[in-house]
Amino acid sequence: MSEPTQLFNVQIDGVWHQFKKGTRVIEACAQAGKFVPHYCYHPKLSSPGNCRMCLIEMGMPKLGPDRKPEIGADGKPVINWIPRAQISCAQDVAEGMGIRTDSPMVKECRNGVMEFLLINHPLDCPICDQAGECQLQEYSVEFGTAGSRFLEDKVKKPKRVELGPRVTLDDERCILCSRCIRFMREIAHDDVLGFVSRGSHTYLTAHPNRLLDSNYSLNTVDICPVGALTSTDFRFKMRVWFLKETKSICTSCATGCNTIIGTRQNQIFRQTPRENDAVNSAWMCDYGRLNFHSVNSTDRLKTPRVREGQGLVDTTWNKALVKSGEELKQFSKDEIAVIASGKMTNEELWLAKDLVASIGTSRHDIIPRTGEADDILMSTDRNPNILGAQLIGLTGEKPGLGLEDIAEGVRSGAIKAIVALGEDLTQFGLTADELRKLASLIVMDILPNDTTRSATVLLPSSAFSEKRGSMINIKGRLQRLNRATQPPGLARDDWEIIRDLIQQLTGSDGIYLIEDVFKQMAESISEMNALSLSRIGDKGVQLVEETEEAPAAV
Amino acid sequence: MKMELPAELQHRMDGVIAQYPVSRRSATLPLLHLVQEHFGYIEDEAINWIAAKLELEPINVLELVTFYPMFRREPAGKHHIRVCRTLSCAMAGGYELLDTFCKHARISRQENGHGAHLLKSQDGKYSIEFVECLASCGFGPVCMINDDFYEAVSQEEVPQLLEKYQ
Repeated sequence: MSEPTQLFNVQIDGVWHQFKKGTRVIEACAQAGKFVPHYCYHPKLSSPGNCRMCLIEMGMPKLGPDRKPEIGADGKPVINWIPRAQISCAQDVAEGMGIRTDSPMVKECRNGVMEFLLINHPLDCPICDQAGECQLQEYSVEFGTAGSRFLEDKVKKPKRVELGPRVTLDDERCILCSRCIRFMREIAHDDVLGFVSRGSHTYLTAHPNRLLDSNYSLNTVDICPVGALTSTDFRFKMRVWFLKETKSICTSCATGCNTIIGTRQNQIFRQTPRENDAVNSAWMCDYGRLNFHSVNSTDRLKTPRVREGQGLVDTTWNKALVKSGEELKQFSKDEIAVIASGKMTNEELWLAKDLVASIGTSRHDIIPRTGEADDILMSTDRNPNILGAQLIGLTGEKPGLGLEDIAEGVRSGAIKAIVALGEDLTQFGLTADELRKLASLIVMDILPNDTTRSATVLLPSSAFSEKRGSMINIKGRLQRLNRATQPPGLARDDWEIIRDLIQQLTGSDGIYLIEDVFKQMAESISEMNALSLSRIGDKGVQLVEETEEAPAAV
Repeated sequence: MKMELPAELQHRMDGVIAQYPVSRRSATLPLLHLVQEHFGYIEDEAINWIAAKLELEPINVLELVTFYPMFRREPAGKHHIRVCRTLSCAMAGGYELLDTFCKHARISRQENGHGAHLLKSQDGKYSIEFVECLASCGFGPVCMINDDFYEAVSQEEVPQLLEKYQ
């Protein structure tokens, strides 16, 4: 047993609270429901205390001649207020401490700090990319004044500085909070940013011979409280207040960083990290963040198609599904292989397992997808739902182990039909020519590739942002994707397509809600017994015990 | 690292670093002084060299170099003049003194903005800059030429003063 945590009595705006030892004053205020404005303070970073926005009034118990706190009429210690304001971000709570967050002095301080911050800040909010989510704007409304007494010329600083491949800086907008510098030093471990020059001429820069090219560089844009650091990919593409925000998860690797997908008119404009201390703290990598452009691609598969001679022709869903069923029924069970994907949701995998059972084949697997891990967030496993695929049983302990046999079977003619669910089969050594020789190749995918071009039936499906469902990240956490956009054209939800394929083979009654698919799955998988899709919540549920190491992929 | 430092200088630097056993980073400022003393200015290569030596990123050193006006990133003239412009000297004619120096040393008095405070004659013989207090406020205007200190300098004596530094 660890020692009980020491608690301190702290008075905030006249009300006594208790806080754990080590709580920063600004956090204590937040816990007490008192918001203290701040720029440089960030809960995940060190506190330099340089923006002065979080000034509050502070006091300590008044000591009597016996060096004991004097007790007032209310039975509480009398507080000796410090006659000047203190910053609340770099100070821990102490026994008997008094804090005032809304006194006249505090209000005056905030007003003064705001006026100073705006002295050199350009007032071109209408064309600033941060407008609408700018803390300088927000605090101006709440704590500032309408006018400025500053008549002199504003200091000129570098504009449109390309700090790196993904981040553009406007130094005139920078309020020198140093969050980005600290993020790069403390979290990304790439100390590339700094302040040069001094006084009001100070500006942010990367070393002239270095680029801000870390795979985590765009987090600096997220934490920049003003419009200084902007995403080169996103800037000036959309006013942020038009964005619809959908909570989801990143599917670019098995870490499953929690995200917010920003969309407008069925188009994704950006992805930003959503705080979840069990997964990604408040960050995500640039690779995952920008890995959504393919969803907006004009190449997306939009219409079901069937093979006619050398080419594929558009058809209806009904015809495509009936043809799929007819093709598959021609073969004996082990002449058919099913290739599923570690990018599928649990619900899709569950139905894929059902499809495998309906066919009766023992030949099924997923395609492993690996890359280099870093020590920050990125996982070696680039399949976002590898644990789900294993738990549901689409693959074994070593994903991809069965692929060589399947490829060999295709070459020898033992396998005559393949159902490819969201994967390009050329990834494990089959050539387009070999795929063309298959009597039946039923392909479900979102973008064209050698496999879709070789298909006998092509079923256009949904990208990660277009589906609701769940995945299990590499640490065994069950998390939920939510639908942010609709699939293009006639493309459908993957789980519905697989359900319909099963119906073609077995004629069984369908299932009409994704929630019911989850329910069915949860009844069979003991780890999920008490869960439903909605119970997963926004921050996920730890499903299986955290594993130290990711399962080895082949 | 391209830059070659004489063994004697390196030895001095190691001595300085040894004085900061808790944080090598604290040796940055004294090392910069040593570099400027030796080379006359701090070139980019030296910034990288110090960063590598102290296991820092070059930006950490660049921040300091640009913060302190006493550090130069380009060579000064053969003779370097510092004119005080803090209050007493400013009132006693520091600004006029700098102008007079410029005139006689053939330094063009162009707009020198923040971070580019060094003015140099075309032949490289003289350079001049404003500095803050040189600690002789009772005898303004004061100036320094190289390491020599001059108090109550009148504009008339400027040509003679320059004569001494050829």
